Amino acid sequence: MSRQGQDVEEDAVSGGDEVMEEPEEQEDGYTSSTPTSTLTWISWFCSLPGHEYFCEVTEDFIEDDFNLTGLNSMVPFWKEAMEMVLDVEPDEDAAKIPDVSIVESSAEMLYGLVHQRYILGRAGQQAMVDKYESGIFGSCPRVYCVGCNVVPCGRSDLPGIDTVKLFCPNCNDIYVPPSSRFQGVDGAFFGTTFAHLFFQNYRDSAPAPFWKAPPSGGSSLSPRSSATGNRSSPFVNPNPYGGQKRAAGYVYVPRIYGFKVSERAKCGPRMQWLRLRPETPAQLDQVDYRGRWIDEDEYEDEEDEQDRQMEDFDPDLGDDDDEEEDDDDDEEEEAGGPSGQQQTRHAETIPPARGVVHAVRTQPTAPRQDAPVAIISLPQASGGKVRMVRQWTDRPPVLTGAA
Amino acid sequence: MLHRAVEDISTGSDSDYSSTWISWFLSSKGNEYFCEVDEDFILDRFNLTGLNNEVANYAQALDLITDQLDDEVQDELRGSLDVQARLLYGLIHARWIVTARGLAKMVEKYKRGDFGRCPRVLCQSQSLLPVGLIDVPYEKSVKLYCGRCEDLYSPKSSRHGSIDGAYFGTTFPHLLYLVYPTLIPPKTGPPADGPASANNTGEGKGGRRRGREEVPDAVGGMSGEGGGEGISTASVALKAERYRPRIYGFQLNETAKLQRWQEAMRDRQVARLEELEERG
Repeated sequence: MSRQGQDVEEDAVSGGDEVMEEPEEQEDGYTSSTPTSTLTWISWFCSLPGHEYFCEVTEDFIEDDFNLTGLNSMVPFWKEAMEMVLDVEPDEDAAKIPDVSIVESSAEMLYGLVHQRYILGRAGQQAMVDKYESGIFGSCPRVYCVGCNVVPCGRSDLPGIDTVKLFCPNCNDIYVPPSSRFQGVDGAFFGTTFAHLFFQNYRDSAPAPFWKAPPSGGSSLSPRSSATGNRSSPFVNPNPYGGQKRAAGYVYVPRIYGFKVSERAKCGPRMQWLRLRPETPAQLDQVDYRGRWIDEDEYEDEEDEQDRQMEDFDPDLGDDDDEEEDDDDDEEEEAGGPSGQQQTRHAETIPPARGVVHAVRTQPTAPRQDAPVAIISLPQASGGKVRMVRQWTDRPPVLTGAA
Repeated sequence: MLHRAVEDISTGSDSDYSSTWISWFLSSKGNEYFCEVDEDFILDRFNLTGLNNEVANYAQALDLITDQLDDEVQDELRGSLDVQARLLYGLIHARWIVTARGLAKMVEKYKRGDFGRCPRVLCQSQSLLPVGLIDVPYEKSVKLYCGRCEDLYSPKSSRHGSIDGAYFGTTFPHLLYLVYPTLIPPKTGPPADGPASANNTGEGKGGRRRGREEVPDAVGGMSGEGGGEGISTASVALKAERYRPRIYGFQLNETAKLQRWQEAMRDRQVARLEELEERG
């Protein structure tokens, strides 16, 4: 039966109650489950609010029984659901179905599970890349991913477990869709595999796992400008099977009155590793498959400062998370080559925390005395106000110093 | 609550219904992130040091905020004055929320989830805190800081996305966790204050919880700090969950490598901090 023929039949079928349906359709074109003359069930379904993430599965794909292997045990009212999805006129004995809404939910489940399989194939990936590039799935809410486009992703391949999430290839993390209308969409309709297969296929859209701060001009305060600033030089990932896009690699560094919060504070940074990238692809190989550093000595040759720190473990050296603090462009400007980057640590030789507190307060622009910040005077219940404000009046020099 | 509903209807119009400019400002749509600055804080000129250079028509804007503006002037300048008053209030707000009383007010809003929830799935709807990327106005819009993943997110709503980040400042969320270490979110499991479940369902329930847990902090001011002395956060990162991309159940080579490297960096930090702790 040709597509055209079905549409005509559809017309004839729905023509009977057109008069009754009309007011409803004017109110809301979506509430009616009867497709209009040109609309197939599939395109109607994909146009529903909240179904923006779905692509249209071709009917050939659904009609091929091989593609449906195993699904008929998961979907109730299989036959009726198939008829609905493919716009086939129901058999006469369709009257035995108690409620059309049950079939509708079956059809949705059927379509969703077929969709999960379809988008893993070539045609499905192509359909999804079009949607991806036009930004239909939205962008990562994380500030330092700088609007990297995301793809829908499930946490389970079985329906009824969790709703759809969004995967960001830049931070390799998953997010709740911003709009509540996606709360009703099952994550299994996209599956756990799709997002990652997608970025394997379209490596130009996948950010590489390493990142180096641009030598100058970059700033944590303007991630946008720095991301665009270094586009002049072509980016190459030596791993041909890896992501070929320049990553957005800045990691947020918390600051109190312009000073980094030391990791030695209880409230100090603990999660920067989650977003961190090595500067070179070679650094990835310094960790073995068990997650241990392969050769600390060799590592030390490359990044002497950091490793000396690990070896001697001098607490006064404080945080070695300089590479996390990539946004310190004023410091990084001094660091010329890839190894020079690590040398920024030399400035870490700060005196023990408590002794410096005073200096920190009086010299707020001192570049490397970030560690003791956490012990800065807290606002007291009564006299705190005045003290805090004093510090505020010191702010303008701080800002100009940092900027 | 009723007052607020009335205000929503009259958005845009000036203080017809509300008693003060500040309460009108706070109840207008899009200003949910702001808390009320105590009037005596504003009236203490010392707290406003330097702001007269930032705000045009400073004196009148201040008068408008404190409801002391002459009616005649109001008609002439009202349009521009409203903008200046918002700027002035925002800059005062940034200073206010890093004081003890301001922090306590923001803690209440934090516990209510007024700043939204972390969009990261594994943060399990952790309550967020507003933060600026720079303390200078007209540079960057406000962002939201998650204490669980320690990262920054853009507000979902464009209403909030257009608020100036300088009205909250770069310091605020970190100072809050410094002063209230008991509020530092756990890295695993449901959020400590259970906001995910008590989100909108039980206003009364939330109120009761606040009554029980928060009052000591808010009233005692610094008592939160005392409670946090015993907390060790050296190895909390080890418990943090993370997402692992998989294709047909298998991890991807390059991503898995990156994640192993990141975890090795994490382990390094944990070792460093634990060593530090042992030394006391």
